[in-house]
Amino acid sequence: MAYDKFTILKTTAVPLPIENVDTDQIIPARFLKATERVGFGDNLFRDWRYNTDGSPKADFVLNNPIYKGKILLGGKNFGSGSSREHAAWAIYDYGFRAVVSSFFADIFRGNCLNIGVLPVQISPEFMETIFSAVHKNPETEIEIDLAAQTISLVATGEKESFEISSYKKDNMINGFDDIDYLQNIKSDIQEFASALPI
Amino acid sequence: MVCEDTDHGKYKRVKTNKMSNTLFDKVWDGHVVKKIKGGPDVLFIDRHMIHEVTSPVAFLGLKSRGIKVLYPELTFATADHNTPTINQHLPVEDPLSANQLKALESNSNEYGISHWGLGHQKNGIVHVVGPEYGITQPGATIVCGDSHTSTHGAFGAIAFGIGTSEVEMVLATQCIMQPKPQKMRINITGDLGFGVTPKDVALFIISKLSTSGATGYFVEYAGKVFEEMTMEGRMTVCNLSIEMGARGGMIAPDETTFEYVKGREFTPKGEAWDKALAYYKTLKTDDDAVFDKEYTFAGSEIEPMITYGTNPGMGIGISQDIPDADAIEGGVATYEKSLNYMGFNQGDHMIGKPVDYVFIGSCTNGRIEDFRAFASIVKGRHKADNVTAWLVPGSHIVEAAIKDEGLLDIFTEAGFVLRQPGCSACLAMNDDKIPAGKYAVSTSNRNFEGRQGPGSRTLLASPLVAAAAAVTGKVTDPRELMEELVS
Ligand code: SF4
Repeated sequence: MAYDKFTILKTTAVPLPIENVDTDQIIPARFLKATERVGFGDNLFRDWRYNTDGSPKADFVLNNPIYKGKILLGGKNFGSGSSREHAAWAIYDYGFRAVVSSFFADIFRGNCLNIGVLPVQISPEFMETIFSAVHKNPETEIEIDLAAQTISLVATGEKESFEISSYKKDNMINGFDDIDYLQNIKSDIQEFASALPI
Repeated sequence: MVCEDTDHGKYKRVKTNKMSNTLFDKVWDGHVVKKIKGGPDVLFIDRHMIHEVTSPVAFLGLKSRGIKVLYPELTFATADHNTPTINQHLPVEDPLSANQLKALESNSNEYGISHWGLGHQKNGIVHVVGPEYGITQPGATIVCGDSHTSTHGAFGAIAFGIGTSEVEMVLATQCIMQPKPQKMRINITGDLGFGVTPKDVALFIISKLSTSGATGYFVEYAGKVFEEMTMEGRMTVCNLSIEMGARGGMIAPDETTFEYVKGREFTPKGEAWDKALAYYKTLKTDDDAVFDKEYTFAGSEIEPMITYGTNPGMGIGISQDIPDADAIEGGVATYEKSLNYMGFNQGDHMIGKPVDYVFIGSCTNGRIEDFRAFASIVKGRHKADNVTAWLVPGSHIVEAAIKDEGLLDIFTEAGFVLRQPGCSACLAMNDDKIPAGKYAVSTSNRNFEGRQGPGSRTLLASPLVAAAAAVTGKVTDPRELMEELVS
């Protein structure tokens, strides 16, 4: 699935300082019944965001108009549980382009990278700094520079670098995905397969 | 030092470049088509299983790129996630579910993939039917768009869950691109106590490591406890690997494994079997191989387990009390939010907590052995009036065995009804939803908020603990009921 290229993202952020946010919370199973990848953003954090009658829960951060922006700030172990890529789609579809946390679950991280959401893992200390800056001032701007692999608070210049494989980085900067790559080495794959007992 | 390549005819796949390899290294390295500098490995996938929920968008992707399925004979489709568990002969009522089931069928037909839809003899939960029909084999790489694909690691396979983009990759190229995980070994020494099952072993490990303790690792389970376990038990343990964040878990194949695999529909036969077996026998960790992390626990430490919170790491021995916030790792606010959702307090006893629902089933505990365990306790007793119980076999083979072995008669006499195969209340995509605020003792794998229906409260446990709750209507130590039977 093609996605927008990712270079530099400078935006405000939405803070969700809860640990172990699992993909069942990001998008509950009953919203996985679509056969196309559209509209998942409407149900992002559905049960935390809406009451059973469909009215918004005033105390949930996505319903608080003072917080907005293209970065979601998550607690430790973000995205655990189910492998549903729908969780990453919902985040992308809602309008986030990056999730920042001090720790990500494996499959979720991979899914994000495959669909154009950048998972940025930073130290727990810097995570705290960002959370408190955003809580103090919701207008706080954050800049993520993928080429330089840095994330910084624009106002104070506080900065940390993050890891990403050079392969995935190139993909995100260019908007490529793995299938583009794999298609190009198909003959290698077929040769490998011919040696297997299928 | 360089080792000679192992040569097992067609199975000349394990190229070892150093003397000491783990089981995981042997299988992973034998499937690397290409290594990318500064990036992931291109890993060849031997078997791919798909279901109705995570595959439709992958097929759409294929269509929009105009590509075919490269090896349709290596992908198998079964419908399980949102199928009903009663009246499966009738049309599926929910139009969205019906639509996904139809998409799975038409996509499978269009691309030449075996499709075991609702009503098909082989239909059932993907991780139950895969092993039953011999799709799961030692030393294979197996993926599916479901995180509990780790189940198949019980056979010494590398098996893990993938996202929909990766489902598309496997359909298109039979490969995925992943960095090689780190290696962890978890040893359980000695013996298990009375009433302690494989589910308890897994919940115990997760409670020790937390839900993120194995993130980035592939786990090998080793030690006497696993060696003595049945294949069903090993599947339960490997199934839950993902709940501590691991990519997957595996157990070295042995005589128990070979015995289980032999003669199944999709396993090699005759001479091919002999060759396969020779390869399977190479699949063990070398004595001096090194793991990035290693844990050892004594089997005697483990008692029947139950969870009290909203992630599978929040589990304790059934006789213990809910820990105080300051005794646990992690944020106090998150812990309190979790207990608040469950309607529990720090320091509460688990024993005696009222139970409204009991669910036995799922790819974690929906196999014949699990129903035997359940039957061993409910036999001669009766379902508690305040409990609604859902007994859902993992497949038609399990369903048939329940009937053949006389377990159904035991269930019926005790006031239980057997439903039809599917994922059911494990993720509540069909009608089997636990109502808001109700407590369910469940043999499935996740107790996340709303996992079993919006507002539902899940206590994860073994089939024995589930049975004890089903007949007493509250959380009960199954050993008490078992002792009664013995005496
Ligand atoms: S039973 Fe639950 S965990 Fe297993 S495949 Fe079905 S939904 Fe996934």
